[in-house]
Amino acid sequence: MNTRKETLSRIGDWLDDRLGLAAVGELARKKDVPQHRHSVWYYLGGMTLFLFLVQVATGILLLFYYRPSAEDAYESIQFLMAEVEFGWLVRSIHAWSANLMIFTAFLHMFSVLLLKAYRAPREITWISGVALLGLAMGFGFTGYLLPWNELAYFATRVGTNIMEAIPLIGGFAGHVLKGGEDVTGATLTRFYAIHVAVLPMISALLLGLHLYLVQKHGMSVPPGVEREQGSRPSMPFVPNFLLRDLVGWLTALAILAILAAYFPFELGEKADPFAPAPIGIKPEWYFMFMFQTLKYLPAHLLWIEGEVVGILGFLVAGLLLLILPFLDRRSARGESSRLFTWIGVALIVYVLVLTFLGYTASPTQ
Amino acid sequence: MIALRHVSCASLLLVGGLAVPVLAQQSQESCVTCHGSFSDARLGGPVRAYTEDVHAAKGFGCVACHGGDALDLGMTAMDPAKGYVGVPGREELLLVCGRCHSSAGFMRRYNPALRVDQVAEYRTSVHGELLLERGDERVATCVDCHPAHAVKPPSEPTSSVHPLNVAETCGRCHADRDYMQSYAISTDQHDKYLLSIHWEKLSVEGDLGAPTCNDCHGNHGASPPGVTWVGNVCGQCHSVMAELFNKSRHSQVFAMLGNPGCATCHGNHEIKPAGDEMLGIGEGSVCGMCHAPTDAGGMAAAEMRSLVDSLKFAHAVADSLLSKAENAGMEVSQAQFELSGATTALINARTGVHSFAVDHVREAVDEGVEVALSAQARGRSALGDLRFRRLGLAVSVGIILILIAGLVFKIRQLEPAKARQT
Amino acid sequence: MTDKVGRSGQSRRGFVNWILSTGVGGLLLAVLYPVGRYLVPPAAGESTASTVTLNLKPEDVAPNTGQIFKFGSQPAILVRTPGGELRAFSASCTHLSCIVQYREDIGHIWCACHNGHFDLNGRNIQGPPPRALDEFAVNVRGDEIVVSRVS
Repeated sequence: MNTRKETLSRIGDWLDDRLGLAAVGELARKKDVPQHRHSVWYYLGGMTLFLFLVQVATGILLLFYYRPSAEDAYESIQFLMAEVEFGWLVRSIHAWSANLMIFTAFLHMFSVLLLKAYRAPREITWISGVALLGLAMGFGFTGYLLPWNELAYFATRVGTNIMEAIPLIGGFAGHVLKGGEDVTGATLTRFYAIHVAVLPMISALLLGLHLYLVQKHGMSVPPGVEREQGSRPSMPFVPNFLLRDLVGWLTALAILAILAAYFPFELGEKADPFAPAPIGIKPEWYFMFMFQTLKYLPAHLLWIEGEVVGILGFLVAGLLLLILPFLDRRSARGESSRLFTWIGVALIVYVLVLTFLGYTASPTQ
Repeated sequence: MIALRHVSCASLLLVGGLAVPVLAQQSQESCVTCHGSFSDARLGGPVRAYTEDVHAAKGFGCVACHGGDALDLGMTAMDPAKGYVGVPGREELLLVCGRCHSSAGFMRRYNPALRVDQVAEYRTSVHGELLLERGDERVATCVDCHPAHAVKPPSEPTSSVHPLNVAETCGRCHADRDYMQSYAISTDQHDKYLLSIHWEKLSVEGDLGAPTCNDCHGNHGASPPGVTWVGNVCGQCHSVMAELFNKSRHSQVFAMLGNPGCATCHGNHEIKPAGDEMLGIGEGSVCGMCHAPTDAGGMAAAEMRSLVDSLKFAHAVADSLLSKAENAGMEVSQAQFELSGATTALINARTGVHSFAVDHVREAVDEGVEVALSAQARGRSALGDLRFRRLGLAVSVGIILILIAGLVFKIRQLEPAKARQT
Repeated sequence: MTDKVGRSGQSRRGFVNWILSTGVGGLLLAVLYPVGRYLVPPAAGESTASTVTLNLKPEDVAPNTGQIFKFGSQPAILVRTPGGELRAFSASCTHLSCIVQYREDIGHIWCACHNGHFDLNGRNIQGPPPRALDEFAVNVRGDEIVVSRVS
């Protein structure tokens, strides 16, 4: 018994000398999480991270069978679903987890927005976070096409067409992204490269930066709580907060398993580029608010096409969102910033209402 | 008259034989020089139209049919003494065209595969009989279907006798009520044909093998099929049905009653896709036109219908079970493969109806139902496997729940109640 | 008294640790088992939707014979021509999807339902079929016959 302990500690020392484990342990011990009435929002980042890891794991598994070409893509997934044991499970978890991840990422962003956690010195944390959300949507857009089924094909056509309406660079960007004038097998190969190589690489870098900054600055305490007098309780990150995180992750895993088993993602019909587009093509739900906005815009606003105005509007809005920490001067000084709270609330209401309309309004109108 | 015709024919033959070398020496015939300059459609039209004609492409000039001297630049080129015939009469056309087209020796030099019996066939057609025996010049002759100066082979899509254009070509006369008035035959064939499955196959699916007018009526020997041989005509393509029908009792009874074989139930020009509703004695059935529900034939019809329906139902159930299982990601391709045997049996049963023998149909149906039932069983068992998946899921979720409970206990231990309340 | 509390506290701690370690073990199993089974190559090897390896040796297929095999979920027919060449076609008749068969007496692929004839290039030569049968590529790899979709 004692000799075993000694051996273990000797191995530990050996590793510590080379890896600096003690320093990491010290960091973990020191890290704590403030406790207050808004603490619950602290879990969303970790949840998104967990779902991202699920995506990485299931994505790698899918690579074992997926073939990125117009001829084989649909058939390889059919094969994966029907012949490969638990293939249906891996694919369904990948698809469901992607949706949940984007959902929790949105929640995470809105909670950070409303709790003003972006204020100095966390501006770069915010910017990297917004960029990560953009990347997640990019993952969704490129991944949606990969099964090469009818719905995905036409949704991608509509999506890339919208992108091409961006003045000056849109046409060229669309051409490069699609690998030609139209969505074809060439597009599929490009989307595949972007989905499994380009985006993961950028995401890994940004995610590393994001996590490093969270670690460096610790959890942000909302200004409202900060202004209150009195001592603030806190909780050690290891193990108390981590255990709670684990409970959340396991719950997410159970939900994923149930969704995958009861609502497996169907494959649908194989894409036929020459077939007429089916009625009521809808983008993925997280693009719906933008899609629906473009629908409501008139054909022309002043002398510019309505669609172009809409797209430029979203581009400007995205840019403003990105540099939000520099716009909100009051929060930066630690004062309450009603205006930006209301902007955040308006943003959430806008996204919710248009998404709702997107799913309820008749597609033929 | 006859002697004169023989003379002109002889000279034509001579000129026809010379036509090619003459053209080789001289790029333009004197006929074209003058007639080409006429803006009048009657005088200049033929010259302009003829450039597209298959005969022009083979090197034949005007004189090949019209006679005369293409080297003579004056009006004397059209001297009857030089074999000039002008516009051939309608009956005369048989000789003008037939001179080459009935000569195997001549045709061999241009199109060895082309038949040379068109004129002989034409003489047996209703058109030919009316023209030759009654002198009725309103009936169709060569140029009515193969427009003079614009004759094109049937393989050319713009040809008047291309399969897609035949119905319109025949319809030019046969669908014209005023023109057909004196013949006491209906004029709705063209319109009815355009509603038929045959025209749909031809025009929509582009299956040029699908029949148009001439495939049932003959082309040069056009005439309506006789009551007793309708089956032979349809049987060209629908041979299994025709064979079963010919062996059946209906074939003799229909002949006795003067019913036109296949057309009795399926109609003639407006042939619709055959459906199961035609069988039996219910609404839309054709058996019910003669049979009462209670007579032997009516009961047999009803039984055959219920047999076919039972197979159709078993097949549909199996199909939906399998696609349900397939959508759920189960492997059912073997069952789907086997189910195609039931499809074959269903088609066979429907074909077998033309024997009008219940046992014949039952044989195919029994075979198909057996296959369909086994496919159904496979589909059900595949869906049963889905339940197994759910069991696996329940186990995993159970494990996760236990783990969550453990974690919650652990948290409680780390933070005793007192500490948490403060 | 304190001793008793201490002991029950200890046993409870042991129980919680037991649950946790069992749960983690179970979870690992529940994750690793499907992943392991997923990575084991399935019996079919690769998608049969575009390529299928027949359970037949080339020398067992005599000239002037034909047989039906499963291509994905659809029937297909393998024919060895009297000349000894192997050819494969979709076995669904282009007329009404009956399964065709090889007629050794006339050397045609033949559909019994409506007497449709196809020649050994799959061309519809007689009867109602409107189109030729889809042809597949046949390759002999060692003593295996591999049939694949021609794209």
